[in-house]
Formats: sequence, structure tokens, C-alpha cells
Amino acid sequence: MSVLVYAENQSGKFKKSTYEVVSYAREVADKLKQKLIADSINSKETNLLSNYGPDKIIEYNNPLLNDFTLQNYSSIISDCAKSECASLVVLSSTADSKYLAPSLSVNLDAGLASNVVSIPESFSPLTIRRSCFTNKAFNLTILKSETNIICVSNNSYGVKENKSKAEIISKKIAVNQDKIKIESKNKSSGAISIADADIVVSGGRGLKGPENWYLVENLASALGAAMACSKPVSDMGWRPHSEHVGQTGKPVASNLYIAIGISGAIQHLAGINASKVKVVINNDPEAPFFKAADYGIVGDAFDVVPKLTETLKAFKSS
Amino acid sequence: MNILVCISIVPDTTSKIKFTQDQKKFDINGIQFIINPNDEFGLTRAIWLQQKHQANVDIVTVGLSSCEPILRKCLAIGANKAIRIDTDPLDGFAVAKELKELCSKEKYDLIIGGRESIDYNGGMVPGMLAQMLQMPFVTNCISLEVKDDFVITKREIDGGIETTSCSLPLVIAGQKGLVEETDLIIPNMRGIMQARQKPLEVIPSIKSVSKSEIHKFEELPPKKSVKLVDKDNIDQLIELLHSEAKVI
Ligand SMILES: Cc1cc2nc3c(=O)[nH]c(=O)nc-3n(C[C@H](O)[C@H](O)[C@H](O)COP(=O)(O)OP(=O)(O)OC[C@H]3O[C@@H](n4cnc5c(N)ncnc54)[C@H](O)[C@@H]3O)c2cc1C
Repeated sequence: MSVLVYAENQSGKFKKSTYEVVSYAREVADKLKQKLIADSINSKETNLLSNYGPDKIIEYNNPLLNDFTLQNYSSIISDCAKSECASLVVLSSTADSKYLAPSLSVNLDAGLASNVVSIPESFSPLTIRRSCFTNKAFNLTILKSETNIICVSNNSYGVKENKSKAEIISKKIAVNQDKIKIESKNKSSGAISIADADIVVSGGRGLKGPENWYLVENLASALGAAMACSKPVSDMGWRPHSEHVGQTGKPVASNLYIAIGISGAIQHLAGINASKVKVVINNDPEAPFFKAADYGIVGDAFDVVPKLTETLKAFKSS
Repeated sequence: MNILVCISIVPDTTSKIKFTQDQKKFDINGIQFIINPNDEFGLTRAIWLQQKHQANVDIVTVGLSSCEPILRKCLAIGANKAIRIDTDPLDGFAVAKELKELCSKEKYDLIIGGRESIDYNGGMVPGMLAQMLQMPFVTNCISLEVKDDFVITKREIDGGIETTSCSLPLVIAGQKGLVEETDLIIPNMRGIMQARQKPLEVIPSIKSVSKSEIHKFEELPPKKSVKLVDKDNIDQLIELLHSEAKVI
């Protein structure tokens, strides 16, 4: 029996969320007294995984696998899980990993839990804590299959170094033409995505119009943060839908979330609640966001945000 | 074209989330139920295909008779037929198995679900269904254009958008973007009257077994009150974020 972790990469490079799930899976494998195996597909830096504790790394290489496609990736990982007798498959919560999980679950006849927020509460039966009701509650779920799959929420465990002398096995792999053909990929170049960000700066209707978004942009760039917005802001077309966060938008689980001119409606808070530290800037001291935030400034965004940006820049350069 | 939209019925987004005394079940006292928002975007997209390509739109839910008012609402929005698979949904896998049974009998060209339900946030039913049916699957789907039996879809990926193409049949898990918020259809009187005449079939469950069960719910721990910083003392905020919260 073993624990299998899928070590996802983007254009060959691992992301922080990958190191986080490998660290997580190491601790789980230790508790289960099982080997930890990491699967890596077309990475240019497979050896870096051994900083996080796997016993064995299996790398698959084929230029046809440069882009993620569901069928091929799913069959590679399921086949590996079968041949390594995996009791648990650990994935991150990136868009691609969450795309994979249900398909793996059918291939492996495995129980599946997403949004897992901590190390399992117990191993027999396997009981995990996950968030539900869009971050308004948690539940303890028992996974009952012989093989189970979990998707660990970003930033819920952290990256823990644990150098190992992992053996690396390279496998050539045959690839089929996927039924789904990728026509194009548009990535906003340079911008940090909400899913990957440690810090997210978010703007609401209080900013009055798209022309004022330089306030959010400047603060985000001073912090190296991703940008987000409330639902009405994206509905009105001030900002792209991809920045809409909340119950019906993207979930945010960053270390720091800064809300500017956002009232803090229940649907907004639901989606961002998993962020560790929340800061609100709003000119209305009665805004509900103050009840959900850790730190707050009552003030006009047009006055406070530029000052905050300047002070931060000075702080960073000192 | 034959379309199936899978509907999950969830508590209204403003609901205060409470559980029964033993923490085993969601407390539905005083809760209003709605069509899961991600599914409603998909339903609206399906109705557009019905209007443009004369597609047939069936909707299905796995649930008990308490779901029927919402199914009638979907009919009032424009679906042709509603199907209720008569069982209490146990987990995502069991629901997908029930849907698979339906889809192996009735041939659907396009099956639309939502990215996730806003109650249990499993994000798994459409993907499992697709794999069980051996159909291609696009998740986080924000655009769907159909031409004959050829489909162009857009999927939201981390930090961007991926455009893909494939032939029908196809399963998607949709979200906002499939249609806009302002496109959602509010049933009018005529729709509501017509919905009463439309078929609502109840079919027996195959009693599929679950692979997981919820042992217990937990409410969020109480929140510490906010620390307010004076707007003329920004340095203090930075100091707090640096030394106390340790996030910058
Ligand atoms: C089914 C459903 C799903 C929903 N899903 C989501 C979701 O996913 N995400 C989401 O965000 N919303 C969602 N909503 C909408 C939500 O209910 C709120 O309407 C929305 O979050 C409000 O956005 P806002 O805070 O930007 O705007 P407002 O509520 O208008 O708040 C603007 C805030 O800016 C402040 N302000 C104004 N001027 C200034 C200034 N100069 N300086 C500082 N502050 C200022 C005001 O005091 C106010 O608090 C959903 C609603 C429904 C019904």
C-alpha cells in the first residue's frame, strides 16, 4: 500500500500548491506508515520534489502531454495508483487537479472529498475535515472505499521542507488523441492568478467606476498580489468575470485578503472566508465587512489606498 | 438535439447555516431553497439552444418530493420535461450513478451540470457522470457554442482561459459566463401556467451505494472582533500585518 500524490506543474515548473500537497502527503504517509510516491508529468525540474519528502518519484515524459488533457492525465494517474496499490491519492485544488479528481474516482472506484482543510482526523475509518456551504461551515466526512482521493485546499497546510533521497523513475508513455482538442490558451501574462496568490487585493462598487481601478492595481503591484472584485463589479463589466470572487465566483483562500469599497454581503464573504487574514477599507463604519475582518480602516478609499500603497512601498524598500 | 440539465437544489445564498442538535444534518427549518446558481446558468444556456436549435431540454434532480416546486420552476423557465429520481441523495458518487442509469436509457447529446453546488461544494457529479458514460467532459465551462454536432467551449483555468473543441456528445460543468447574470430567466405568468401542464416524471432509484458519508457538521468558530486602525495612522496597519499577522 502507498500514498500517491500528483505533483502538478505549469509549463514544466512546480507551483507552491504542488509543494504544499507533497508536504501534506508526506505527513499522511508517515501516519499510515506507507510509502509516498509522487507522479510528475513533463516537468523540467522533477528533482525539486525530493525537497518535500517522497520516497519515489515517477516521471512521465511525452511532448504530447505538454498541455493538460483530462483523458490522458487521468489514465496515467489511475494506472499508477493501481500498480502502486495506492490507498490514498492526494491532489491539490488547482483548476486542473479538481478537473481530474472525479474522473480518477470513477477509474479507481474510489471515494472522493474536495476542499480538505487539514490532516485526516482519523485513519480507520478515514475521516477528513472539509469546508462546505461555501466556507460557512465544515464537515467531517468518512471515506469508505479501499482507495480514496482527496483534494487539499490551497494554503490550508503550508509548504514543509523534508529532504529525501527519492529514487526517480522515468517512464515513457503512449498517448492517445484526446476527444477534446485544445484550440488555444489565453493566459494573462505576468498577472498573478487568484488561485496561486498569497495576497489578494479586491475592489467593490465603492470604487465608483473602472477608471479608478488604478487604486487596486497599484496596491496589488506593491504587494505582489492578485486582483479580485465583487460580483456587481464584474456584472457591470468594470472588471473581467475571472476576477469575480464569492459564493458564485472564485473561492479565495489566500493568506491576506484586502477588501476596498466592498460592503461584505453574505455571498461575498462566503467565498473569501477561507483567507487567513482579512483587511477592510470602507467609509461606512456599519458595513458588514467589519464584522468579518481582522483589521479595518474606516475611511475614503480614494484617500486611504494611495497612502497605504506609498507606505507599503517605503516599508518594502526599507 | 437532446439536452439534459442536472439540477441541484440548495439553500438560498442568504441562508444562515445551522445544523440539527446532534450536528448530523443541515437544519432546514426556515430555509428557502433555490436552483443551484451554477446550474441555473447552464439551464438558461440550454433554453437558448432550445430556442435557436429547437433542442429538447429535460431537467433532472435526484431528490425527494420536496424538490418538486423547484422542478416546476425549471419548467416555467422553459424546460420541456422534468425528471425526479426518487431517493435522498447520499453523496456525489451515488448521485452520478443514478444519473448514469437515466442517461444510458435516454440518449442525450449534451449533459449540463454546474461547477459545484453551493451547499456541499463537492464539485464532482458532472465529472463522474462523464467518466461513467465515457463521454468527453469540460469543467468550469464559461462558454459553449454548438454548430451541428461540433462544440466550441471555453474553460476557466488558473490565470486564464482555455478554448477547446469536440464533437457531441459532451458533458459540461458550467458557471457564470455560460450566460450573464442579467440573462437569467424569471418565469412569467404564461410560463408558470404552462409548467403545470408539462410532464414531471418520477422514476425509481437504483439504490446506488455511496462511497462517503458525513459524520458530523461543525459551525465556524466565533470570530474575534476587528482591530480598527485610524485612517491617518497607516503605519500601524503595516506594523500589525507585519509583526502580528505575519502576512507581509
Ligand atoms: C444568488 C446571489 C449570489 C451572489 N454571489 C456573489 C458573489 O459570488 N460575490 C459577490 O461579491 N457578491 C455576490 N452577490 C451579491 C451580493 O449580495 C452583493 O450585492 C455584492 O457583494 C455587493 O458588492 P459590493 O460590496 O461591491 O457593492 P455594495 O454592496 O454596493 O458596497 C459598496 C461598498 O463600498 C463602500 N464605499 C462607497 N464609497 C466608498 C469610498 N469612497 N471609500 C470606501 N468605501 C466606499 C460602501 O460603504 C459599501 O459598503 C450575490 C447575490 C446573490 C443574490
